[in-house]
Amino acid sequence: MIVSPPFLYALLLMACPLLAIFLFSFWTQDFMTLDTSFTLDNYREIVEKPIYGALLQRSLYVSSCVTFVTVMLAFPVAYFVSFHVRPDRKSLWLFLITIPFWTSYLIRVFLWKVILGYNGVINTGLINVGLIDEPLTFILYNVNAVIITLAHAFAPFAILPIFVALEKIDRSLLEASQDLGESKFMTFLRVTLPLSMPGVVGAVLIVFIPTIGDYVTPELMGGAGGKLVANMIQTQFLALNNAPLGAALAIVAMLCVTVISVIFVLINRRWLKGRS
Amino acid sequence: MSLRIYAIAYLLFLYAPIILLPIFAFNDATIIAFPLSGFTTNWFAELATNKSLHAAVENSLFIAVITALLSTWLGLCAARAGAMHQFPLKAGIMGFIMLPLVLPEIIVAVSLLVVVVQVLELGMSNWTIIAAHVLICTPFCIAILNGAFQNLDPSLEEAAMDLGESRFSAFRLVTLPLVMPGIIASMLIAFTISLDEFIIAFFLSGSSPTMPVYIWGLLRFPASLPVVMALGTILVAMSIILLTIAELLRRRGMARAGVKDKGGFL
Repeated sequence: MIVSPPFLYALLLMACPLLAIFLFSFWTQDFMTLDTSFTLDNYREIVEKPIYGALLQRSLYVSSCVTFVTVMLAFPVAYFVSFHVRPDRKSLWLFLITIPFWTSYLIRVFLWKVILGYNGVINTGLINVGLIDEPLTFILYNVNAVIITLAHAFAPFAILPIFVALEKIDRSLLEASQDLGESKFMTFLRVTLPLSMPGVVGAVLIVFIPTIGDYVTPELMGGAGGKLVANMIQTQFLALNNAPLGAALAIVAMLCVTVISVIFVLINRRWLKGRS
Repeated sequence: MSLRIYAIAYLLFLYAPIILLPIFAFNDATIIAFPLSGFTTNWFAELATNKSLHAAVENSLFIAVITALLSTWLGLCAARAGAMHQFPLKAGIMGFIMLPLVLPEIIVAVSLLVVVVQVLELGMSNWTIIAAHVLICTPFCIAILNGAFQNLDPSLEEAAMDLGESRFSAFRLVTLPLVMPGIIASMLIAFTISLDEFIIAFFLSGSSPTMPVYIWGLLRFPASLPVVMALGTILVAMSIILLTIAELLRRRGMARAGVKDKGGFL
């Protein structure tokens, strides 16, 4: 079977390692050696120590905000490209939208520091214009900075699924709605928006799930109060040498994200039904 | 009209960091902030003499080339199977192969770290990074190659086999030329992703860092930041060139396969 090489590869390098990390989370690290007896100690520690709960909560909050901001900002752009751009220009627009996404991620995140920073582009700009007297401090080294930067990094991820859903909408439905007396705005609310929901749901999932795993942005932009669960996982694995606890944290984080995603899909299932 | 203004403002937001990059790369000051002080090309000159950077770039290029070849091959298998064959559980299997697209990178990184260090008891090397990069690049390759395989008429290959070609030579002589632009586009995209990937490489690199891991180290030292800006400028310019080539090839591939271009890589 020709599908077997990629299937086996995904099985060996994704499914098996995920299973391994799951098992691993039930073991404990005893200084340099690994204690392989089954225990729930790691999970107990995550539940009992408030820092882990706080980190998880903050991570889910940041991911939700990023998802909301990204999708809200992206929808009008996807709508514009699908409905108002000449068909032969559409791929050029999509190309322009995706280019920043492919270019040096680390340096892009770092440059947001330059834009938002104390002597940054926004602050010096606003001071020179005379709108503010002192630099704004609420946009660097905190959760807001992390949200802005992540919303920028995941923008194309949100635009593309919405665009695809909008492209599939039969344009004659819109004419029909207006012929039957709906205004343009009501047509958008009652026809275009419901039909584009599969794309919106896709966009939400494809932004929400990976953002939980990012630790570059919180590390560079978050300051002391903006660290997220991914930073803690990284610390447990690489600095504290407590891989089992890190593994348990990774499992808990994944579980939270999965549960929230499933609930979100269930809430929106009536928009997803009956369309391919 | 107001939508168009919004869309252009949004593009500016997307490009803001990239526009700043060359400005600071040519700025004659060690602090990355406005106002600018003067023009210099010193930072680029420093890049040329930095030995450890060269080693990191070499590592990254090696990893990216191997990743591009392997993930495109896997993508080719999956895209061909998806387009031309029917088999049980097809949707499930294809979805499973595409799953790394939404899996948080840190999960891929730590799970492979556990397997390599604890289960297999191997050391880290460029090959551990390649293994992980192939996993995350393959879904992107499949997405691009699917475009090339869409509407590709399976009867073309059958005709070649009826005329006496073997199964393999029918694929090589008929299908392969038709999907070639897609294959090259897929390799370029995988190359670009692998070259730029940091989170996984940070966990899985051995004693010799890749380029993003090396850059991460530099970001901690304020004195080295202008050099990072210069390096970033070169990287951005290179990836824009590579992506433009990939996009042009992808379009040509779509045209060859007789599909109307719906645009976009994903």
